[in-house]
Parts: sequence; structure tokens; C-alpha cells
Amino acid sequence: MRPCSLAWFARHELRLAWRDGLFMMTAGGRRRLRGVVIGVVLFALFMHLVALLMLGPYAPLGGAPDRTVLVFVTAGALLAASAMLSQALESVTRAFYARADLDLILASPAALRRLFAVRIGAMVLQVSLMAALLAAPFVDVLALKGGVRWLGAYGVVAAMGCASVALAVALAAALFRLLGPRRTRLVAQVAAAVIGAAFVIGLQAAAILSYGSLSRFAVLRSQALSGRLPAPESPFWWPARAILGDPLALAAVLGASLLLLGAAIVFLAPRFARYAVAAASWAEGAPRRRRRRMGFRRGSPAQALRRKEWTLLRRDPWLLSQTLMQLLYLLPPGLLLWRSFADGAAVAVLVPVLIMAAGQLAGGLAWLAISGEDAPDLVATAPVLAGRVLRAKTEAVMAGIAVVFLPFVAAMTLVSRRDAVVAALGIAASAAAATAIQLWFRSQAKRSHFRRRQTSSRIATFAEAFSSIGWAGTGALAAAGTWLWPIAGLVALSILAFARLASPARLEQATPL
Amino acid sequence: MPADPPMTAAFALEIHGLAKRFDRPAVDGLELAVRAGEFYALLGPNGAGKTTSLRLVAGLLRPDAGSISVFGLDALADPVAAKRLMAWVSEEPMIYDRLTPLEYLEFIAGLWGVDAVTAEARARELLGWLGLEAAAEQRCDGFSKGMRQKVALAGALVHEPRLIILDEPLTGLDAAASRQVKTVLRERVRAGGTVLMTTHILEVAERMADRIGVIAGGRLIAEGTLEELRRQAGHSGSSLEDTFLALVGGEAAAA
Repeated sequence: MRPCSLAWFARHELRLAWRDGLFMMTAGGRRRLRGVVIGVVLFALFMHLVALLMLGPYAPLGGAPDRTVLVFVTAGALLAASAMLSQALESVTRAFYARADLDLILASPAALRRLFAVRIGAMVLQVSLMAALLAAPFVDVLALKGGVRWLGAYGVVAAMGCASVALAVALAAALFRLLGPRRTRLVAQVAAAVIGAAFVIGLQAAAILSYGSLSRFAVLRSQALSGRLPAPESPFWWPARAILGDPLALAAVLGASLLLLGAAIVFLAPRFARYAVAAASWAEGAPRRRRRRMGFRRGSPAQALRRKEWTLLRRDPWLLSQTLMQLLYLLPPGLLLWRSFADGAAVAVLVPVLIMAAGQLAGGLAWLAISGEDAPDLVATAPVLAGRVLRAKTEAVMAGIAVVFLPFVAAMTLVSRRDAVVAALGIAASAAAATAIQLWFRSQAKRSHFRRRQTSSRIATFAEAFSSIGWAGTGALAAAGTWLWPIAGLVALSILAFARLASPARLEQATPL
Repeated sequence: MPADPPMTAAFALEIHGLAKRFDRPAVDGLELAVRAGEFYALLGPNGAGKTTSLRLVAGLLRPDAGSISVFGLDALADPVAAKRLMAWVSEEPMIYDRLTPLEYLEFIAGLWGVDAVTAEARARELLGWLGLEAAAEQRCDGFSKGMRQKVALAGALVHEPRLIILDEPLTGLDAAASRQVKTVLRERVRAGGTVLMTTHILEVAERMADRIGVIAGGRLIAEGTLEELRRQAGHSGSSLEDTFLALVGGEAAAA
């Protein structure tokens, strides 16, 4: 293989991606691979069972699908496309700004357009593979029950991968030209978060405003939407028809997206090197001058720690996009709350949504504050007890949660005091549980590794997710007025107890020094 | 806040029988005493146990055995009181990319409980000494290694520690930055502070240190002024490099 050729770069990228993926799955432990494979197979079987129960009755659809089917399939495709475009935009931004091996490559005499063409291709592979894995149980079940024509859905996933990466590359290039390297990263991350959530939130917002419901299906089933959409023969429905097994539609969709990707590679890959250098120049150039507020503030070491955490959380660019996504999902509940003032409708439906969001947000903040300490030695050599440091960091996280969720709870109080109390207690429990899990599973990491925090401990990741679900369920049952909520609460507490028992913090305590 | 130990303590640091084992012994019965107000350089080949010893003193590791006393305070029994008197500067600067140097120093002053007004005046003075006034309100993420190390050093000095422990603070610094750091450390000793520093740059130890300790295999194998070390090595009139190699080479042969 000729060095610096497309194939040579592709082999290099594939090798890196394979090893990176393997490390993410096994966290560096080769012996864990077998366990991971067994876990993945079991999970895949479980998901296929879920898909069978959900989609079994719809498998015979196809042939000449009616308008409702086309609307629902198109909506599903748009939902996936928005998530894929969001992921692609984040990958493209990272390719510009994350240095990794870029300095080595930029300093080499290799033809950079080839490397970046390969990197764009790698992004397509990554985005498509992720979407295909998520869609696989549903596509497989439909193919099993309704015929192989459903396998065309995989082709649509690949087409969407090509199109979303091409669009993301074009969008990032346009942002670079318009805004320059300093603002592009922030704007692209915000755009990625907004695009990822836009479709779902848009549907929910429309449902709330039109039907007073959080259900997205209300809009999709409506006559109002149906009347405004193109005729069934329109190319607008080709992706849906391709998913439903129409080979011509599939060929058209694949062809169009490959053309789009080809154009992006030919026209934009050569600019990648220029943008990467510009991004590096910005990173290494004179940092922003900040307007100085008045003198040093007084306070205890705990206050100094809390202030430091809040400042760093505020300035974390990667956290911003992650948090923004979670906050965007709070928009529909906010809208429903606003509508409830007018007609006095029950807001109990909001309780689990808020509790779930609080748990997820607290988990992220807690990881950053507790594990993502960039100067652990500095804090460890300060004359402050380790317990006090952890307490201050925990307080910083809980205060952050309070700032985000207090307005919602305050607004709920005006509609239903009971629901507001349930929501407040649930938010506190869910956030405290997620923070405790992060505390028990804390490890030393750089803040910039935030995106990979889930791979540091899968037990912690699952415990955090299930704990949030458990508390959301408890809140939902309590808000609904049933007396089943203590059972759900016990389940949530059991998840927490399990996490504690499995945590390295407990194991350390149990081991004699 | 408990009162600091008296300024008259003869030793800034006393270490007895210190031991720490990882997969092999890193520190093996170390005996070391650093006098108050002296500049002490700790030398040793790679893997000799220098950094581990300093991390044990700074409270970043728990020893398996031995005692550490800082100005007469038992650092293992009351680590918080001992830490109040010390500052630790590692080879890799411990700073936050998204804080400005002034914000960083404000944070450290807060951790060490320094009065805000005093701390700010001291912070500005330190940044001035280190030539960082122009960068005082810029975030650290674009700083060079030298600038980052100077910010870390300012952080170590902002709470006026009586003992500063530095692990290879000059590695990777250019001549100008290195001179600034050395000047600040020398000033600190002149003002009555104590400096304990590891370095691979023998010329720095030769020129700056009042006493030099040589560590190998986790134990102190020689100690004294440069002249005393030369005598111990039997290389009268030779350079520190020759003396060091003779001492370490002899130890390696004995091992």
C-alpha cells in the first residue's frame, strides 16, 4: 500500500477507530471483552424482543402504504436524521478543535486533503453505524415478520449518514467563514444541541399548543398536518417509501446522498487543513481578556471551592452543549406549564419529566466537579479536609440543580402546590442520588474527557440512569395520587444501595490499610 | 484556626524511616532533615524515589511507615495544620485552563484562608515579579509551559508558605523563565522561607542550594554542601556532575 494514499490513510484511521472502540467497550481490560460480548448479545436479544412486541403488528405494512403510514415513517426518519446531523456536527467540530494527532499530521508533508477526505468518510461510518445499531432490532423484526424488503431501511440509514455528515461539514465550513475559529466551536455545539432536540421538541410544542398534550403522536395523526403535506407520489415521501421496501426510492435516496457527500469531500476536504490550522492558531493565540470584577472575594475554603466549580462549569464548552440539550427538553414541559395557567389543567405529567432531567443533569455536573478535577494535587495539598472538599463540590452541584429547576417548581406552585412539593422532593432525591453515585464511583480524569465519562464505569452509568428513572416513577405515582409510590421509591433506593455495594469507594473501605 | 508553630523551629522538615512501596519499594527508610531557612536540593537518578518522597511530604500519598514532621508538627497526625505551612509545585503545573491567573490565585488564597485584600495585593505583586501582569486577566488555556509554571509558582507563594516543595520546577522552561523562577525562590529563602526542590539540572543545585541531598533506591546516600559531597565521593575539586555520578554509581554497584 502506497504511503499517504487514500487507502493508507483509511487503514490508519480504521485501526485507530477499532482500538478506540475496543477500549471504550472494555475500558482497557482485554479480559472484559468476553463479558462485554455476552452483555451486548443479551441486550440485543432483549431489544429484539421489545421491538417484536412494539412493531410485530405493523410488519405487514408496505406495498401501497397509506398517507398515515407515510407520515409516521417519515417522522421516524426525520427524528433519526436530526439526531444523526447533531452527532455529525459535533464530530466535525471535534475534528477541527481536538488536537490529538493533528499537529503531527499538519507538520508532515502528506497531502492533507486525502486525510480529511478519509476522516469525513470515517465520520459517515461512525454516524451510520451508531444509527444502524439503534435501528437494528426494529428493522430486523420488521424484516422477519414482513419480508426482506424492510432491510432497505439499512440503506436509508446509510444514506442519512452520508447526507448528515455532508450537511454538517458544509455547515461547519460556513460557520468558519462567517464567524471565525473562536466563535465557530461554541455556535456549532449549540447548533448541534438544538438540531438534535429540535424535531422532538417541535412536535411536542405543536402538540401542547394545539391539543394540550405532551404526546407527539397527536400532531402526526392530525388532519391539519395531513392536509398540508405533499401528495403521496411526491419525492418528499421517497425516504419513507425506501424504508418500506421500494427499491427505486431507495436507489434515488442513496444516489442523492452519495452525490451530496461526494461534493462535500471534493469541495470542502481541502479546506479542512486550513480550518484546523486556524483553530489551532486560535487555541494557542492570545486568550480573551476578561473584564475584571472588583477585588478578591472573602470567604471560607468551601466557598472558594464552590465558586471555582461554578466558574469552571459556566466556562465548559463541551458541557454547554450537553446541558443545553437537557435544558431544551425542558422547554415542552415549560410550555405545558404555561398553558396550564390558562385552563387550570393538571401539571402532574410534568413531575416525572423534571425529576428525570434533574437526575441526568446532576450526574453530568457531579462528574465534572468531583472526577473532572484538573488540579487534584493542588486541592489535595490545601489545608482542607478531604471530606470538606467533597462536601463543597457536592453543594456546588446541588446549587446548580436548584438554579435550573427552582423556576419550574415555583411556577408549578401557582397551579398545584401538591404537585410542586412532589416535584421538588423528587428533583432533590434524583439529583442527590446521581451525585452520590458519581461520588462513590469517582475517578481522576481531565474535564475534557467528559464525553467519555460513561465508559469509566458502566455500573455507575446504568445505576445513574435507572436511579433517575426510579425517582421519576416514584414522583409520577405520587403526583397521580396512588399509594404505590412508596414501592417505586423503595426500588429507587434499592438501585442506590446496589450502586453503593458495587462501588470502589465501599470496596476501599472494606480493604484493611 | 490553630496557631502556627513558632518561627524558631530549627527544622522545617524532619523525616524518619519513611517507607512507601508500590510494586517495589519506592522509598525505603528515608532519613532527611531540612533546616528552616535553607535551600535544599534533592538529587537522584530516575526512579530513585525523589518525587514519591516529596508527594509523601505534601500529603498526596500515605506512607507505609515512618514519620514526617513539618516545623515540629506531625504531618501524618495533623495533615491540615502541616499543609497550612507548605506549598507544593509539581513538574506538571496544576492550573485550571479556564481560570485567569488572578482567579486562580484568588481560589488558592480562599483555600488557604488568606485575607482577600492581602491576597489580592500579594497576587498582583507576584504576577508582577514573574512578568505576568499583562496576562493576569487572560484565561490560562493558551499559556506556554513557562507561563503555566510561573502561574503555578505564584499560586504556591500567594499564601506565603514557610516551606515550599518543588518537583522539577525548571524542566521545560526557557532561560528567561528559568531565571525568573530561580530569582523568586532565592528571594523567598532570603526572606526566611525554606525551599526543598528536586532537579535534574545539577548546575541549579550547585549554584542555588545551601545543602544537597542525593537519593538512590529510596534512601538518602549522601548529604551536605557541595564541598562535603565532593569529599564523600572522594572527588575533591571535581564538578557536581562528577561527584553525583560517583555517588550514584557507587550506590548502583553496591546494589
